[in-house]
Amino acid sequence: MNPSELTTAHSLVVEEYVVFTFTDLCRASGAHDTQVLALVEEGLLEPTGSSPQDWQFSGPSLQRARSALRLARELELSLHGAAIVMDLLDQIRGLQEDPSTQ
Amino acid sequence: MEFKDYYATLGVARTATQDEVKRAYRKLARKYHPDVSKEPDAEARFKALAEAHEALIDSERRAAYDHIAQRQASGQPFEPPPGRDSGFEFRGTGDGGLSRGAQEAQFSDFFESLFGRSSGRQRGRRDASPSSMQGEDHHAKVRIDLLDSYRGAQRTISMHLPVIDAAGHTALQERQLDVRIPKGVRQGQHLRLSGQGAVGQGGAKAGDLYLEIEFLPHPVFRVDGCDITFDLPVSPWEAALGASITAPTPQGPVQLSIPPDSSQGRKLRLKGRGLPGKEPGDLYAVLLIALPPAALQPTKDAYEALARAFPHYNPRNAMEA
Repeated sequence: MNPSELTTAHSLVVEEYVVFTFTDLCRASGAHDTQVLALVEEGLLEPTGSSPQDWQFSGPSLQRARSALRLARELELSLHGAAIVMDLLDQIRGLQEDPSTQ
Repeated sequence: MEFKDYYATLGVARTATQDEVKRAYRKLARKYHPDVSKEPDAEARFKALAEAHEALIDSERRAAYDHIAQRQASGQPFEPPPGRDSGFEFRGTGDGGLSRGAQEAQFSDFFESLFGRSSGRQRGRRDASPSSMQGEDHHAKVRIDLLDSYRGAQRTISMHLPVIDAAGHTALQERQLDVRIPKGVRQGQHLRLSGQGAVGQGGAKAGDLYLEIEFLPHPVFRVDGCDITFDLPVSPWEAALGASITAPTPQGPVQLSIPPDSSQGRKLRLKGRGLPGKEPGDLYAVLLIALPPAALQPTKDAYEALARAFPHYNPRNAMEA
């Protein structure tokens, strides 16, 4: 690759237009398939479809998977612990946005 | 190269036990982890903590660091060892047995000069590679102007890509990408650039590059999700009597009517003038009552006339028990 080369890249907003298969999500989040399976078991990721082969993950799943994996790795938590942290963070955000609904 | 005081970063004494180092790190890591923390500099703080922990938690690395720190304290200038991993020996090879978290982090030059390079090592992480394999996906952050999201934009960004040469050394290669910033993109969202990740092996597809969007701070407009807020200074008479004024917005000036009897901090909503999108955000103007300085005689006369007109007005009435 020539360092001065300018590449034009097509960009897509992941959160709005991308749907991931199980394999796509593993690769994009850098997770092992067992980790993504565990996050689905925890209910942190909610794919549509009945089996891993036809699972479809929404765009925001990428950010959720990466956050959970970062928390687990950097705070030395289990994925179960990371899922609890993510739930609490969601609750805090909800409270900040609209305290009356909680 | 700047010397880093890892003990100060973790807030422990030089005589701290490994357990004390671990406890200090865990406590601070919970406070500053960027996914949890609201501190403005959380990301930088956490990175510094992780680096300090990685240097001190391993007794061999800690001994090497203490040796350097002692020389530093005795007034000798800090000089990094002449070559990578030279000067000190570590178990294992190359990365000095860094943890996986450390391998994925980008530590300072100071750390790398002592303990070897951490970046780029994760590429060898996967088990035995098949001869043909799609390239890995890469992630990076890109900082854009708020106005780029309002209008959509075409931006050239520079990326530093770790590349491993034939001899196994990691070098940073610069490349430039021409990226379309879609209109309405929000802070924290990701752009996927197909085929711009790591090169595939054996003719397989290249990976993708994911760019996380971050807005550069704007001097006037503050972002909260898809809503934008800004302070709008008004004169006391505009706030009291009501007025039609021209307000700056990211899409250009608009006529805004200030209702009479508006108080300081009143929020006026301009529906749909936040970030554009399927569900556009709103724009909020927060009124800030600006007082003309009383140093000039005409202004002073006007304030005095106002005071005479309201001899019994006491803004602190509500505070009295």
